[in-house]
Amino acid sequence: MKIQKTVAEINEKIKKGEAVVLTAEEVSQMAETASPAEIAKKVDVVTTATFGAMCSSGAFINFGHADPPIRMEEIKLNNVPAYGGLAAVDTYIGATAESETDPTYGGAHVIEDLLKGRDVVLEARAKGTDCYPRKTIQTTININNINEFYLYNPRNAYQNYPAATNSTSKILYTYMGNLLPKFGNITYSTAGELSPLLNDPELRTIGIGTRIFLCGAEGYVTWNGTQFNRSKPRNVYGIPLGNAATIAVTGDLKQMSAEFLKAAYFEKYGISIFIGLGIPIPVLDEDLAKRVSIKNCEIDTVICDYGQPDHPVLARVHYAQLQSGHVLLNGKKVRTAPMASLYKARQIADILKNKIETGRFLLTEPVQLFPENTTTKPLNMREEAS
Amino acid sequence: MKKRYVLTFPSDTTNEPITYNLVKQFDIKINIIKAKINAGEEGTLLLEMDAAQENIRKARKYLEENHIACQSVEKKVHWKEDECMHCGACTAVCFSQALTMDANRQLIFNTEKCIVCELCVKACPLKLFEIHFSE
Ligand code: SF4
Ligand code: SF4
Repeated sequence: MKIQKTVAEINEKIKKGEAVVLTAEEVSQMAETASPAEIAKKVDVVTTATFGAMCSSGAFINFGHADPPIRMEEIKLNNVPAYGGLAAVDTYIGATAESETDPTYGGAHVIEDLLKGRDVVLEARAKGTDCYPRKTIQTTININNINEFYLYNPRNAYQNYPAATNSTSKILYTYMGNLLPKFGNITYSTAGELSPLLNDPELRTIGIGTRIFLCGAEGYVTWNGTQFNRSKPRNVYGIPLGNAATIAVTGDLKQMSAEFLKAAYFEKYGISIFIGLGIPIPVLDEDLAKRVSIKNCEIDTVICDYGQPDHPVLARVHYAQLQSGHVLLNGKKVRTAPMASLYKARQIADILKNKIETGRFLLTEPVQLFPENTTTKPLNMREEAS
Repeated sequence: MKKRYVLTFPSDTTNEPITYNLVKQFDIKINIIKAKINAGEEGTLLLEMDAAQENIRKARKYLEENHIACQSVEKKVHWKEDECMHCGACTAVCFSQALTMDANRQLIFNTEKCIVCELCVKACPLKLFEIHFSE
């Protein structure tokens, strides 16, 4: 008989403490000896996770009103510009925004500082209106004296990502790390078989409303991520080669932990933020059982040359090769290095597994699934308007 | 051989053109890394000297005669392990394999293999490597 479970049935088991939960690595291990049908029968939930740099991240903050009030138009937090185009005392601080005085400090650091309970200097200016007469303000804020403080990341958890290398004779400083000259190294940034969107490549269970682990708290998938591309070529296992689907996520920073959110500075590139994200996947049927059993050697990606403007593809590799420490490129053994923390990703998958096993995290069915057949348009240069 | 030294100048230092003489008389290639010299106070100079051992020996004697203390320093890489998130970005540049990932995907730093090339200092996105000088 074909196994067919519903999220509601799995949740009932979770509430009773009877759900069988494995991490994505554990289930891939199990698949060595068990068939998809057996896995679908035995396993209820598989936890996936990633911990990597995700530049398209940031936080909304509401400061509360001063007396007399100000309608903030130009906002700086520890000298980092924040968005001034929202209502009076709302802002959005982007992770990659750079301090006006220190290029190694940025929006990500402001978010991390607030999360760690530190004071942050708020400076704002306005033109002054009849209802908001104040024109300037300078004060300090911290996590306890602001109102809402939540992450809203427009693009996280890329489903696969190309690995990077460098053909030039100069070291390249990139968001994929320091790429040594003449193919001196290859860097990659996916958690492989543990990575969320690679375990449900058709996005059957991940959609709008999916409850996730976000930086230590419960968060939600709020939309498809930007640059959401479902038209990338796939390998025989249905894995897109290169950057494909993404998710937009949100969660309450006041519940998060600095263990799973880290501000970063990439030399000569700028600020980014490491985000810890985990997604539980309900094993509803044989198809999903097969999907979550995916192994590193079945997940391919491409190696791109960051030394050339259009980052041409040089080769195809799988994650077992990348994680082994070296790969052959043009007949030469080249060192590989990760850019995302598999150690932290495993921690997240374990935490999530434990929460589900002990009934502290229930699964959700997507309120709506993501669009299909999407592509990503380039920005074409049009002739300047005269 | 290239090595680093800290020169300590007494407050009433002579008018000798010290670094000039080190270059001219002893044929030493000098790279000044850090200088802290205030008039009337003791001053220090951190520099790299590159020359044959014999020339260095003579130069140190010359410095001694001019009451300038000369201590050799060694650079060491310090890793702030507690803050490490084990991303592995630093292993991309560490060719001596002092920085590697263990089976649990945690970073390990084998200081004995470190050649102090300093590439990891720029490679770590959390800036967890510092160069320390010691005698
Ligand atoms: S200084 Fe160079 S050799 Fe030493 S740990 Fe850093 S990268 Fe490796
Ligand atoms: S780059 Fe920094 S944070 Fe990443 S593993 Fe190395 S020391 Fe740790």
